[in-house]
Amino acid sequence: MEKARPLWANPLQFVFACISYAVGLGNVWRFPYLCQMYGGGSFLVPYIIMLIVEGMPLLYLELAVGQRMRQGSIGAFRTISPYLSGVGVASVVVSFFLAMYYNVINAWAFWYLFHSFQDPLPWSVCPLNGNRTGYDEECEKASSTQYFWYRKTLNISPSIQENGSVQWEPALCLLLAWLVVYLCILRGTESTGKVVYFTASLPYCVLIIYLVRGLTLHGATNGLMYMFTPKMEQLANPKAWINAATQIFFSLGLGFGSLIAFASYNEPSSNCQKHAIIVSLINSSTSIFASIVTFSIYGFKATFNYENCLRKVSLLLTNTFDLEDGFLTASNLEQVKGYLASAYPSKYSEVFPHIKNCSLESELDTAVQGTGLAFIVYTEAIKNMEVSQLWSVLYFFMLLMLGIGSMLGNTAAILTPLTDSKIISSHLPKEAISGLVCLISCAIGMVFTTEAGNYWFDIFNDYAATLSLLLIVLVETIAVCYVYGLRRFESDLKAMTGRALSWYWKVMWAGVSPLLIVGLFVFYLSDYILTGTLKYQAWEASQGQLVTKDYPAYALAAIGLLVASSTMCIPLVALGIFVLRRLKTGDAAPVA
Amino acid sequence: MLWLLFFLVTAIHAELCQPGAENAFKVRLSIRTALGDKAYAWDTNEEYLFKAMVAFSMRKVPNREATEISHVLLCNVTQRVSFWFVVTDPSKNHTLPAVEVQSAIRMNRNRINNAFSLNDQTLEFLKIPSTLAPPTDPSVPIWIIIFGVIFCIVIVAITLLILSGIRQRRRKNKEPPEVDDTEDKCENMITVENGIPCDPLDMKGGHINEAFMTEDERLTPL
Repeated sequence: MEKARPLWANPLQFVFACISYAVGLGNVWRFPYLCQMYGGGSFLVPYIIMLIVEGMPLLYLELAVGQRMRQGSIGAFRTISPYLSGVGVASVVVSFFLAMYYNVINAWAFWYLFHSFQDPLPWSVCPLNGNRTGYDEECEKASSTQYFWYRKTLNISPSIQENGSVQWEPALCLLLAWLVVYLCILRGTESTGKVVYFTASLPYCVLIIYLVRGLTLHGATNGLMYMFTPKMEQLANPKAWINAATQIFFSLGLGFGSLIAFASYNEPSSNCQKHAIIVSLINSSTSIFASIVTFSIYGFKATFNYENCLRKVSLLLTNTFDLEDGFLTASNLEQVKGYLASAYPSKYSEVFPHIKNCSLESELDTAVQGTGLAFIVYTEAIKNMEVSQLWSVLYFFMLLMLGIGSMLGNTAAILTPLTDSKIISSHLPKEAISGLVCLISCAIGMVFTTEAGNYWFDIFNDYAATLSLLLIVLVETIAVCYVYGLRRFESDLKAMTGRALSWYWKVMWAGVSPLLIVGLFVFYLSDYILTGTLKYQAWEASQGQLVTKDYPAYALAAIGLLVASSTMCIPLVALGIFVLRRLKTGDAAPVA
Repeated sequence: MLWLLFFLVTAIHAELCQPGAENAFKVRLSIRTALGDKAYAWDTNEEYLFKAMVAFSMRKVPNREATEISHVLLCNVTQRVSFWFVVTDPSKNHTLPAVEVQSAIRMNRNRINNAFSLNDQTLEFLKIPSTLAPPTDPSVPIWIIIFGVIFCIVIVAITLLILSGIRQRRRKNKEPPEVDDTEDKCENMITVENGIPCDPLDMKGGHINEAFMTEDERLTPL
């Protein structure tokens, strides 16, 4: 007799787990960037259309597959067709890659969180140089927040070739991050189910606090108005639609196998259609909510920098022309400049090259995404708020909750197939399996704590999951609709949940969503092929800014290996099963 | 004769204190930036205080204890407020070397700032770099303390969970190996043999077979 499959204690735990997994860092640091780049308020149009056409159907499909097959991704696809278990294996491989590099973000969040308990915040002041007459040179050229990120946190090397050694501080934080993840997944759904109550709800508390604080900041309305003013001409830009589709796809975390794993612990009769709609709606509204917060923070930061710039120009003019202190204000600056230009032309032309053109628009235009947004731009805004330690602690605590919530889903995607497999689970208890997976990921993850670690992180971030996931979800959809049979699946669902499948889902699963994914896939491939050599941004300490460099050959090989190792699983496993079957039937034939 | 001497003295003074003169320093104050509404006006009394502070700083230098307020000369006061100053020796013919003045001002920068309720950024001595205050570095970085606390808590929690998991498993292993799903949920540990509960009969005093004993009336009434 088999042991009963562990179940979620109540359906709320399942919904919270899915929300905790889907609502991750991408909602906070990718969506606001896309919104800004592709027309502000008008980006919501392609985003919502893609949500309805692509996000909800695919999410429902994955949840339904997991709930019906009641196994992890490998087992679920083996049930559909043994030749397709490669899809499950590919999911596990991609999840493994993701788990390795994603937890480094949690390590960085821990680092910043621990450093938030100091006064003043360490990223708000530059350290002094050797003879204490000025500030450190690199810090002067860049800003103090950039210096803290690139030098103190990453200790980044100038290029990917210079590996450097493992930095012990981020390594310790990474170890702690893995220990925390292990603590949460130790007991399987029993422990995960309780942890997700916190990881799903606490980020919302912090976001609400930040919303109130953000909207009351000076200059927040500048940011909000600038970002949300719709630029309708962007609707005609195909990139806007493609990025909307991509964002929905990756934001929901489809294809990793985590959703299948979570749904496999459901009661067979639970209403996964309702859950799918709820989770996707909450995910998208969180993105929009987070971007309101982000834009008000942007506005605050841009206004602050703009006013600083004006102050510097006023000071320069006051000092050069010995004007009365406090005479120059923001309103009369232009007038006075004109007057000075005409009255003292020679002196003015001397000082003219140093006068910066301060523009609020150009400050607002600086669009940043990813770790740059989270660890540089946000910290810059936080250091200018009152009681900055409190805001900093809240913010990084929220980042941690979001990151750990996503990690729980990832590790579930890896562990569920492993614990389902009889071979492994008969030899090792599930605590040991989880421990081993965490240990291996932590050990390999130490690569990301070396001096060139951030460059490898960018490689993993950009290439480990993108193409492979599109392929995996495409094969999943085709497998369920055409290999397993849409009618058979429909009757299974009806028997399981008692509800008939609406025509909308059938049309989406069988036709529209696969076509969309093929379109995205073709776009990405052609984009990679057209760009030629891949480039990356390296931090140049002497200039205090990022420079573009080419990837060396072995990095390109690593990228190819990353993509190939997950995508090739599908055909290779199919081939392997085919060969094994042939051998077995070959053995059996002489008997007949 | 006196007029001539007077002119000579002022001429010499004028020569000694000039913008860009040897051993002269430019000072720049931003009183309104620092104090806003509470800004005071810069007048000759403030200048006197400034001269006094500079003389005070010079008196702290060995060999220069005889510096008087009249040895400090100010010139070119602008609306900014900015001016140049030099410190002359007792004979009022030469100015003191810039290096001495510089080191004296650097030593007493704090006192000078406080006398005017300004700071290093609002009371600037051009060409005299101020010594920046180093950030206070505690002996053990704070982040390590917090890291240590959280690390220990997590390790303790993991150990507790693992130990309780092992204990649960050991308890489960003590039961008979062929345990059905339904009997898993059974609260009482009843030993089973051939599907018949093996309660010691003398403990319960026998079972009542309900199939035959429906009511009190065991005997049909005649």
